[in-house]
Amino acid sequence: MVFEKVLTAYQEIPNYRGGMDDYLAAGGYQALPKALKEMQPAALVDEVKKSGLRGRGGAGFPTGMKWGFIPKGSPRPTYLVCNSDESEPGTFKDRMLIEEDPHQLVEGIVISSYAIGCHQAFIYCRGEFVHGARVLQRAIGEAYARGYLGANILGSGFSLELTVHRGAGAYICGEETGLLESLEGKRGQPRPKPPFPAVSGLYRSPTVVNNVETLCNVPHIVTRGAAWFAGIGPAKSAGPRLFSVSGHVNRPGNYELPMSVTLRELILEHGGGIPGGRRLKAVIPGGSSAPVLTGQHLDISMDFESLAAAGSMGGSGGVVVMDETTCMVRVGEIVARFYHHESCGQCTQCREGTAWLHKTLRRIEHGQGRKEDLDLLLDMCDNMKGKTICVLSDAAAMPIESYLKYFREEFELHIRERACPFAGQDAP
Amino acid sequence: MFSEATKKRFDEMVGRYPEGRSALIPILHEVQAEAGHLSPEAVEWVAAYLGLSRADVMSVASFYDMLELEPVGRHMIYVCQNLTCALLGAERLIRHLEQRLGIRMGETTPDGLISLKRMECLASCGTAPAIQVDGIYYERMTPEKLDDLLLKLRTGSLPDPRTLDTPA
Repeated sequence: MVFEKVLTAYQEIPNYRGGMDDYLAAGGYQALPKALKEMQPAALVDEVKKSGLRGRGGAGFPTGMKWGFIPKGSPRPTYLVCNSDESEPGTFKDRMLIEEDPHQLVEGIVISSYAIGCHQAFIYCRGEFVHGARVLQRAIGEAYARGYLGANILGSGFSLELTVHRGAGAYICGEETGLLESLEGKRGQPRPKPPFPAVSGLYRSPTVVNNVETLCNVPHIVTRGAAWFAGIGPAKSAGPRLFSVSGHVNRPGNYELPMSVTLRELILEHGGGIPGGRRLKAVIPGGSSAPVLTGQHLDISMDFESLAAAGSMGGSGGVVVMDETTCMVRVGEIVARFYHHESCGQCTQCREGTAWLHKTLRRIEHGQGRKEDLDLLLDMCDNMKGKTICVLSDAAAMPIESYLKYFREEFELHIRERACPFAGQDAP
Repeated sequence: MFSEATKKRFDEMVGRYPEGRSALIPILHEVQAEAGHLSPEAVEWVAAYLGLSRADVMSVASFYDMLELEPVGRHMIYVCQNLTCALLGAERLIRHLEQRLGIRMGETTPDGLISLKRMECLASCGTAPAIQVDGIYYERMTPEKLDDLLLKLRTGSLPDPRTLDTPA
């Protein structure tokens, strides 16, 4: 079956700029009246459950099931928060969805809010999305003017207020409870769970947090039906997915594909292969938190299950391609530096572990590694996983373990030679 | 410390949220846009305005990378140092900027025009290496494009990213 683009189809219309008129002309805001007038909220939740839609932010949790956790008849208001804190290194698809077609997201938010009984929704944009937040603000203004937001939307009796909120630069605010803390005007420190946000989230009220791309799928599921959506790609990883392909490829960019696409097709066909005819060395398939894969994995398909079976994860869909000139110790140093910088500091294993990982990888890369450092790194990683409030600590440990698993000789060479063997590489 | 018009804007921001404290970060963004950084006096003022302690506001102001507690230059250049940008030349850009401006990352030029800051992934990996100046993305950067950008910052304001010269 030929795959037809869904989330990025409108963007390919000539001169499409994502304003209200463009979106309407392309067929937008047709799902909204159908949802509000022809479907009960419970039927919508069921439809999304049946579609098989899974979260596109990182965890891949089934969206309909998440919605189903909202308690019935709570005395407190229910909130929907769109997670637009896209910060996972290697990922740049939500930014595109926001900047190029903001109304698709707005429509998804209104329908999803109706499904879970929410009357006030928020879009939490990462602080650096200054332009994206403006684009959204304009789209929201247009949606209010047309009666797609506000009181009694399209005469349905359903009302929704939607607010754009900008963070101020912190990766941890992509973690859903860190995000909620930040949205409440606090440091973005994740909360212990339970309680989960569905029970006690924003302002201690039932809350659903969904990723931008996840919500953008919702209008299409309403218009074309759960069965259509479930028929795209592998059964357990249904629907289209945006893969952000970057690094050593000829055509970096966002590619919307079914998750049956193989890593080989993604890199060679869509990404245009590796520049200069160089050989592939390593590829991160789902953002920097995902364990690395190598040339032996090229034929696996990019669905959640296959990537997990290969020891990695689908994560955020950020695919970073590295050719043979790449130093994996340097990659480890960069990745560890990132998690060190972004650790919120609440949990000892993460605060100390990320700093220690970074320090150790830095000294190996700079020719001061010790023979015992590699086992020390693995020991640290082991002590960082599954022991903290959120998974940032695991996300720091898993990639480092994988670099050691596939490239241990390269680490040993750095220690033996007391220098980085990759001459001329781009290091500070 | 702030004009009535600014205060009215803050009031409007507080009104967007069920709990007013949610407006803290948006207000800090506004204060910083107006004053350049968050001075102790500004922090004191915001704390009093929202009914929070100074320490509480500081706990937030010190947590986020984009909030500045010390004076910075008129233009803030963020350089992404994360993986894809590093694979495609970020450190070369950083060395070039440091050389051209005679300052290190994290510092401000003596004339107060430009500050440099290392940042983590800016969600611009498909167009790496990327930088952001005052919130505007400049992508697929090269040392040559940086030179043109610096020239334009010195002689006027922020150039349109599409107009940066890229000599062959």
